[in-house]
Amino acid sequence: MATSSQAAFNRQLKRYYSFYTGGFVAFVILLAIAESLGLPRVWIGYIFLFATIGLYAGIGIMSRTADIAEYYVAGRRVPALFNGMATGADWMSAASFIGMAGGLYLQGYDGLAFIMGWTGGYVLVALFLAPYLRKFGQFTIPDFLGARYGGNIPRLIGVFAAILCSSTYVVAQIYGVGLITSRFTGVEFGVGVFLGLAGILVCSFLGGMRAVTWTQVAQYIILIIAYMIPVVALSMKFTGVPIPQLVYGTVLEKLDKRTVELQKDAKELEVRGIFKDRAAKLNEQVKGLPASFEEQKAAVAKKLEELKATNAPAGQIKAAEKAVADFPKSVDEARTKWTAAARADTGRAAAPFIHSEPFVGATEQVRDNKRKNFLALIFCLMVGTAALPHILMRYYTTPSVDEARKSVFWSLFFIFLLYFTAPALAVLVKFEVYQNLVGTKFTDLPAWVASWQKVDPSLLRITDVNGDGIVQLAEIVIGQDIIVLATPEIAGLPYVISGLVAAGGLAAALSTADGLLLTIANALSHDVYYKMIDPHASTQRRVTISKILLLGVALVAAYVTSLKPGDILFLVGAAFSLAASAFFPALVLGVFWKRATKWGAVAGMVVGLGITMYYMYTRYPFFGVNAPLWWDIQPISSGLWGVPLGIVTIIVVSLLTPQPSKELQELVEHVRYPHLRGDIDTRAT
Amino acid sequence: MAIQLTAKHAEYWHKNLTITAILLAIWFVVTFVIGYFAIQLNDIRFFGWPLPFYMGAQGSLIIYVLIIWYYARYMNRLDRDYDVAEGED
Repeated sequence: MATSSQAAFNRQLKRYYSFYTGGFVAFVILLAIAESLGLPRVWIGYIFLFATIGLYAGIGIMSRTADIAEYYVAGRRVPALFNGMATGADWMSAASFIGMAGGLYLQGYDGLAFIMGWTGGYVLVALFLAPYLRKFGQFTIPDFLGARYGGNIPRLIGVFAAILCSSTYVVAQIYGVGLITSRFTGVEFGVGVFLGLAGILVCSFLGGMRAVTWTQVAQYIILIIAYMIPVVALSMKFTGVPIPQLVYGTVLEKLDKRTVELQKDAKELEVRGIFKDRAAKLNEQVKGLPASFEEQKAAVAKKLEELKATNAPAGQIKAAEKAVADFPKSVDEARTKWTAAARADTGRAAAPFIHSEPFVGATEQVRDNKRKNFLALIFCLMVGTAALPHILMRYYTTPSVDEARKSVFWSLFFIFLLYFTAPALAVLVKFEVYQNLVGTKFTDLPAWVASWQKVDPSLLRITDVNGDGIVQLAEIVIGQDIIVLATPEIAGLPYVISGLVAAGGLAAALSTADGLLLTIANALSHDVYYKMIDPHASTQRRVTISKILLLGVALVAAYVTSLKPGDILFLVGAAFSLAASAFFPALVLGVFWKRATKWGAVAGMVVGLGITMYYMYTRYPFFGVNAPLWWDIQPISSGLWGVPLGIVTIIVVSLLTPQPSKELQELVEHVRYPHLRGDIDTRAT
Repeated sequence: MAIQLTAKHAEYWHKNLTITAILLAIWFVVTFVIGYFAIQLNDIRFFGWPLPFYMGAQGSLIIYVLIIWYYARYMNRLDRDYDVAEGED
């Protein structure tokens, strides 16, 4: 492509997206005016939902294509800046957008593993992968494995791994879509899933990578605006400075001081004591099973009788009736229920920890353990970032190698904007809770507390445990998602901004799901169908097959999601460790070590992926095996075993097998230099 | 058509490996070394933040962005200097 037309295209894109951003801002302002004139909240939720999904579908229709290079890699003319935005949206999932600030609130310093892990991985992408993959210039990641190592076996393992990690990840995203749509519009979870899916499909189905790219740019703009407005407003309220990232250090200092006060506060100690007693009593009951089962059952029933006899207030009678109805049906059920309740109460009996202190723990060993897992998690998230096919694929879409390098910079820059804001948001909200909410009378709780308690008690629940009519910190149970969701109300912003935040979360979830579904469908249609089953298929047929597979994959993924399997963190964590151990060693050694052979790569991928899957299966409580941990490493960081073992295996087996053919070695030279005179051309068309 | 690799090409690749190693070392120090010594470094203050918290929440992220920016600039110039840049055909 001539440079002048690329420059014109670039200018045109900038103009379009500037108009679009202005239009979107105007749309939000109009809604705000409508709200002040009395537009009901439910309507605002619906308008945001349908307007944004309609917008994405519109971009999808405008970008529809049947051209193979457009469908798979957006015609390889996405400028670095825009590819950066698209990667940002592709990257930031519902978990980043909604869950991360809350995770930081709950975990303090230790939660920063996610912040560093999910950004520092781009250093590895930039240094080891993006420019080389771009020079290679085909369509998928298994393409590279197939070409570099020769033969269908490395490609097939790549296909298997790509599908495995993308599908565990995509289920988490579609779950997020369902959650957001159902929470903000009141439709049922399952309906929300399929509604969101319709938005994803119109877009990727018609236009493949091309439509997904331009939609993701639009989604990035929405999600970053939605994230920033509430945080800036909150920062203005607390510090008077609109750039919270610069000034929250002082708030953090105050928060830590306040935490020390609360650790020793007499009322707090009283409440924590109550929870300690409750936990002790529950543990007693568990020990006393099965005899204690009948005793407790009788006690619960007796209490209800007494209350009824004395004409106690209706609220108390209702609670006692509920206790009778919810009483465990069997001894086994009682054991699980009571054990879980005891664990929860023990947790609530613990003193608050200093937010900024690393690796809080009672003993040296606990602290050391936390540090080990912190570093292991960072390692797995970073290497996983540099191995997830849906991210690496994006660097096939830039016009040249130097644009690919710049584009990694833009990607991380746009991701960084959200990631360095989240810790600031967590500290600001935590300070609001510790300083202002704690000590309020139950009769004058702020409006946001009352409304969120009603919406979802798992997000926020405050009960007057010691009956003094005043909120203590130990009486507050907070779910991580509420931090981002409630920020607009805490900052005193109109409901429109809450709707905007929901639209931002939806954009984050949809854009990631789009990229992942495309990765899965392309692995099947391009790598399996075209490269292995029917290499003579016409381009027309290839695109059609891709689209049919995409539809199939999406429906299966939505169906699996509607069954609500496992927890989100498990799925996301698993995807990173799986990708890291399957792809990273073979991809990086494939570029940096000419001697790496086909059998070395095959063995390395199988061993790395195998050990990671084995460790996950035997250690995740989800699967119920619960074998003892190796070196105290949590199963979320299984990749800590898979990655090094994969690298060692590739090296050992490669040295034991004959060196790669001359052609394969020339391919390595080819990807190392952006341009060589008289070189082969590996770009796929 | 065989590739003609000259001593200049080898030098280009060698320079690439050197800068990659240097930047990777910086990445390693800001991430893992500071993380490992977080408890010991916790008393050092940086504009109100304890140093390890600042690095984890902001400082190392800024360094990551700068590493990638510098690598892109350095390599894109190296491509031109060693006549391996794309674009003339």
